[in-house]
Amino acid sequence: MEILIIILGGVLFAPAIYNLLQKQLLRIIIGTVLLSHGAHLLILTMGKLKTGQPPILMDGITEYTDPLPQALILTSIVISFGITSLLLVLAYRTTRENNTDNMEQLRGKSNE
Amino acid sequence: MITVNLAIIIPFLAAILVPFLHKTIKRIHIGWFVFIISSALFIFLIRYIPNIANGDTYLYTIRWIPSYNINFTTYLDGLSLIFALLITGIGALVTIYSINYLSSDENLSHFYSYLLLFMGAMLGVVFSDNIMILYVFWELTSISSFLLIAFWYHRKRSREGAQKSLLITVSGGFAMLVGFIMLFVMTETMSVREIIATVPNFNEHPLFIPALILILLGAFTKSVQFPFHIWLPTAMEAPTPVSAYLHSATMVKAGIYLVARFTPVFGGELTWFWLVTGIGLLTMFWGSFNAIRQTDLKALLAYSTISQLGMIMSMFGMSSAALQNGYSLDSVVYTQAAFAALFHLMNHSTFKGALFMVVGIVDHELGTRDIRRLGGLATLMPITFTIAIIGSFSMAGLPPFNGFLSKEMFFTAALNISNLQFSSETWMNLIPIVAWVASIFTFVYCMIFVFKTFLGNYQEEKLEHPAYEAPFGMLISPAILGALVILIFFFPNVLGEYVLTPAMYSIFPYMNGELGLHINQWHGFNTELMLTIGVIILGTLLYISLRHWKKIYRLLPEKWSFNTLYGNVLEKTESISNAVTNSYMTGYLRDYMVYIYLFFIIAVGGTLFRTQSFLFNIEGNSEITGFELLITLAMMIAAVAILLAKSRLTAIILNSVIGYGIAILFVIFRAPDLALTQTIIETVTTVLFLAAYYFLPEWKKEESKKRSKGVNAIISVAVGVIFTTIALAVQNGKLFESISYFYENSYELAGGNNIVNAILGDFRAFDTMLEVVVLLIAGLGVYTFIKLKARKGDKPLEDK
Repeated sequence: MEILIIILGGVLFAPAIYNLLQKQLLRIIIGTVLLSHGAHLLILTMGKLKTGQPPILMDGITEYTDPLPQALILTSIVISFGITSLLLVLAYRTTRENNTDNMEQLRGKSNE
Repeated sequence: MITVNLAIIIPFLAAILVPFLHKTIKRIHIGWFVFIISSALFIFLIRYIPNIANGDTYLYTIRWIPSYNINFTTYLDGLSLIFALLITGIGALVTIYSINYLSSDENLSHFYSYLLLFMGAMLGVVFSDNIMILYVFWELTSISSFLLIAFWYHRKRSREGAQKSLLITVSGGFAMLVGFIMLFVMTETMSVREIIATVPNFNEHPLFIPALILILLGAFTKSVQFPFHIWLPTAMEAPTPVSAYLHSATMVKAGIYLVARFTPVFGGELTWFWLVTGIGLLTMFWGSFNAIRQTDLKALLAYSTISQLGMIMSMFGMSSAALQNGYSLDSVVYTQAAFAALFHLMNHSTFKGALFMVVGIVDHELGTRDIRRLGGLATLMPITFTIAIIGSFSMAGLPPFNGFLSKEMFFTAALNISNLQFSSETWMNLIPIVAWVASIFTFVYCMIFVFKTFLGNYQEEKLEHPAYEAPFGMLISPAILGALVILIFFFPNVLGEYVLTPAMYSIFPYMNGELGLHINQWHGFNTELMLTIGVIILGTLLYISLRHWKKIYRLLPEKWSFNTLYGNVLEKTESISNAVTNSYMTGYLRDYMVYIYLFFIIAVGGTLFRTQSFLFNIEGNSEITGFELLITLAMMIAAVAILLAKSRLTAIILNSVIGYGIAILFVIFRAPDLALTQTIIETVTTVLFLAAYYFLPEWKKEESKKRSKGVNAIISVAVGVIFTTIALAVQNGKLFESISYFYENSYELAGGNNIVNAILGDFRAFDTMLEVVVLLIAGLGVYTFIKLKARKGDKPLEDK
């Protein structure tokens, strides 16, 4: 199972990077979203999968799934959501101001 | 107790005071204040002469950075006293001269502040015993010289000259710093005296020769030796008092001081002998040869300074031959060269200072320094003419002036060296020949200086002002210097006994024999006198036939000169670095991403490959059910399909397919909180995307070249593969057990059953707090992006 999830992470990474290398803003943002998905999966896999019950204390259960990666991922999900929303609004403003969402045309000035 | 440290600090304090005094006391010229400071210092130092002559030395220490061994230690001995007397004495004379030279609408407080700053820094250089402090003052002289050269900063040429001098001297100073650090590594002390005391222990060290070369680089750049001499002629854009003071008497002698000071350390090395002597003679020849072609009086004097400094430098090189084979009575004869060098150093300061002031007077009175416009001033400016004659005849080495004595001693030293037996005959015989030829050229340009300026036809139509004798105030200093030139000729042994001999003991601390020399004005008909007579005869012939052989200078066109080389280097450095930067800083985000990922692939992938850390085993893995396989496959297909999506909507939907897939995986992997959060967040993100979708332009087909598409594909696959490999390796390489059992006491420790929530809210609550802050900032950012617009009539936001 771990192997499968790791390969899935890799498969998510490759399109993410490919999207980041594109010119259109929306594709780039989708790339960042895919990247964070892949990262979350990898974090989760590092703590071994399905080793026990969900990490909620109950009587008579001794084996729990590792809770620490879950806490980390929870933090990470929220942060990447914040970033994504900010990027989306930024893309919206950029497009409105410059009438283009093509990164090639959004080059800085030569003296910057 | 007044100490030498104070003598260094006083000029700096005075430099701070100058602007205030200049503002408050309007009636008295501020230069007098500077004159009082420098002459007081001069008198203070004069009082040391008898004690120093008895062999006393003075050492004072002020703690500065004791943990690094860096203390503000001053050491007053014969060698530093010579230089300090020159600095303060000529400083006082130059100040009197500048009071009359600079008009009162110049920025005087700046001028005198810089001058005092320079004086303090220069005193610091010659008194410092600690090499790091020496370096600090060394750079301060560079900076104050830079400020003084560019004193008329509205002129382009002043700024260029200042920049050139700064670049060259600071590069040399930096090399010198590295050499000093090497010395410190070898000897573990920063005190020059202690370094000298431990010489025999480290001269086999591998760093010895590099340190020698680097320290010499510093000395050569400061003392305008070939090929670093190019900054001096351009530094002549400075006001004439500055040229007289810095670029003839003091700053350009700092390198000489360094060579003299470190002769006991490096003198036994053949490299030192050849470098110092060879470069010195080459500089002497090149400077005197080039001085003849100059048409500007100050440029002529600049080249003559270069040449004379080369002569002094070469004499110090020759004197190091005394240290070649240990210390024996036979080798004492070579130390005479150092004596001659010190003597000529004093002499050069006197006559060169006088000559610069003469040029300043001519420039000030007639408004030009061009030899082709000048002539016939002898009867109009008799006093100036007299001083010019004294100075230049002394420079040419004629009796009854002090230059004659030092020139004779120079020839003696060169002839002695040619008898040395540690190298081939021819090289050794070259030394006196080159010295002699250079002296002939020296004679020629000295004659040019006097006769082209003061004799010949008076061309009033070419001058801005008619010629009159200079005001009395301007004549005081050059007259004093001219009188010194003659006095030294008649009483050289006063100077020799009291000032030069103690300095000799500083340079050759182990020579207990008779180092003091007696200078004779007349020592019979010997080879040296013949050489001088030869110089006069040949020089006169050359001067008379100047018109015929001046064509030789056309053989050296401007484009092959060192100046052009320097300019090209500067220009090429700029243009090449510009081209290099522009070649990879394209301004396209994609290119930068490509660099980053390429680096990642090379660094991380390379490390993986080199350390062979591939691990792959499936022991201990949980089993896969059909449903999980299905979900995973669906997500993989969706991820790849995003790339092929024809419309934005498809891409966004596929993106949420992956997000919800992840949420399902979280459910399977027993992470209820995660699944909940992921579901909500994915929903909101999709909504956001759809909102943006409405505003964003159409989903265009990516129009990029096949090649860049291929590069993108290769890079992205490679990054994915590397990540997968790393994750597999990490997954199977457990180093130690997890710490998560700790959180299983969450009920006892935090009073919660949900372990994940206990971690977030209790065990690791800082993360959560800051994550909330991140969300807050993102929310504020979103609000700002939507609401904040440049109002009409305002500038666009970008330019603010």
